[in-house]
Amino acid sequence: MSFFYHFGRYILFIRGLFSKPEKFWVFKERMFQEMQSIGVGSIGIVTIISVFVGAVTTVQTAYQLVSGLVAKSIIGTIVSDSTMLELAPTITCLVLAGKIGSSIASEIGTMRVTEQIDALEIMGINSANYLVLPKILAGMIVIPMLIIIAIFLGISGGIIAGKMAGILPVEEFMKGARGSFKGFTVFFSCTKAVTFAFIITSVSAFQGFYTYGGALEVGQSSTKAVVYSAVLILFSDYILAQLLL
Amino acid sequence: MIEVKNVYKSFGDKKVLDDVSATFYKGKSNFIIGSSGSGKSVLMKCMVGLEQVTDGSILYENRDFTHLDYNAKKEIRKEIGMLFQGTALFDSLTVEQNIEFPIKMFSKMTSAERLERVNFCLQRVNLSNVNHLFPSALSGGMKKRVGIARAIALNPQYLFCDEPNSGLDPLTSRVIDELIREITIEFNITTIINTHDMKSVFDMGDNIIFIWQGKKWWQGTRKDIRSSGNKELYDFMKAYDIENM
Repeated sequence: MSFFYHFGRYILFIRGLFSKPEKFWVFKERMFQEMQSIGVGSIGIVTIISVFVGAVTTVQTAYQLVSGLVAKSIIGTIVSDSTMLELAPTITCLVLAGKIGSSIASEIGTMRVTEQIDALEIMGINSANYLVLPKILAGMIVIPMLIIIAIFLGISGGIIAGKMAGILPVEEFMKGARGSFKGFTVFFSCTKAVTFAFIITSVSAFQGFYTYGGALEVGQSSTKAVVYSAVLILFSDYILAQLLL
Repeated sequence: MIEVKNVYKSFGDKKVLDDVSATFYKGKSNFIIGSSGSGKSVLMKCMVGLEQVTDGSILYENRDFTHLDYNAKKEIRKEIGMLFQGTALFDSLTVEQNIEFPIKMFSKMTSAERLERVNFCLQRVNLSNVNHLFPSALSGGMKKRVGIARAIALNPQYLFCDEPNSGLDPLTSRVIDELIREITIEFNITTIINTHDMKSVFDMGDNIIFIWQGKKWWQGTRKDIRSSGNKELYDFMKAYDIENM
């Protein structure tokens, strides 16, 4: 029963977000601030993760393909396809759920327990629309951009590792990657990124928005935001794969 | 003028407000007093719409706030200023941005006009050279003053003050009291102060409502509070007098 209660409350929360902003230019300003915070603020961690995931995938794929009957260019195919289909969107978004999700939940949760959200409501401002909608829209715009960067860096990491470890030359890697490339793979990756972005931002904001108590509860909301976002990302990852592939 | 008519409020089975009726007058300092847990904070939250009443009505100049839709309530809320117990200043904004916030959201003033209004409000609460400070850099008394400045930024018709003296030393408390009284008279607004600081009540109480166990137990002025003949009110005042002997 608790699941249905929280799910119903989440749906009502999402419905409550959609109202006309008091001032469109204030809303736009906030959205750009959030885009900078979510996007630019996450480039560092996305770069590190993507390069290493791409590199490790190349080394491990080479380790498993010991047969001389298989062309080495297949490593490029496997690394680029798995990076686009799964590794870049899912791994990156799981990490972003930790970084952005906890930040959103603790920011909004702190605003709730220090009555800042009440202050907005008393002024006649739809607090959810003002605080949360810019975060969700900003996330849905910049996270797919981060995923595109992650794909590029992941494949680059794979190329570098392949060359440095003497597994396969750059040309061979690129031959495999190019040979199997389908535009739909990038579309699928972006679809995942938009879905995961919505999950991370909305679930975390929801957890923060309904925080009651003090510092302890803010911490708990932050933890819940990360855990629920991660579980929902994995669940929706499977659903999207079933539906679109 | 605000009229509270036969208001009931329950949380589950627990009745917090029981048939409370009271009138709060324009240009007067209206006090809600009572011991902790008596229901005075809940009454104030119901009046500003942060809590829904279980039954009864709250009228702002004959406009029934309790039965209005969200947008109509929003219009009344724009006429309300509130000083929160913990000030509820937006901690990511500077003092200037905090006071400018409601003006930015609800007026068509230019940037220069907004700054002029912010400086007027700051001057009115006797603060200077704090425009670019963040709330975390202010003392408790200064935060309260900034809270008052933000509350009066849009020339409200109604000013709600929740425990305005909590956490302040006696001297600063008197300064804040005096400021609230001056603003009430100067702008001819309906001020409602929720407190258990009897010194404030004896100094400024034009209209006092004593809440006891969720019921309105007594209403009068500071002139007749000591001769009310009400045992519970007498006990409440006696406790204060003993503490302050």
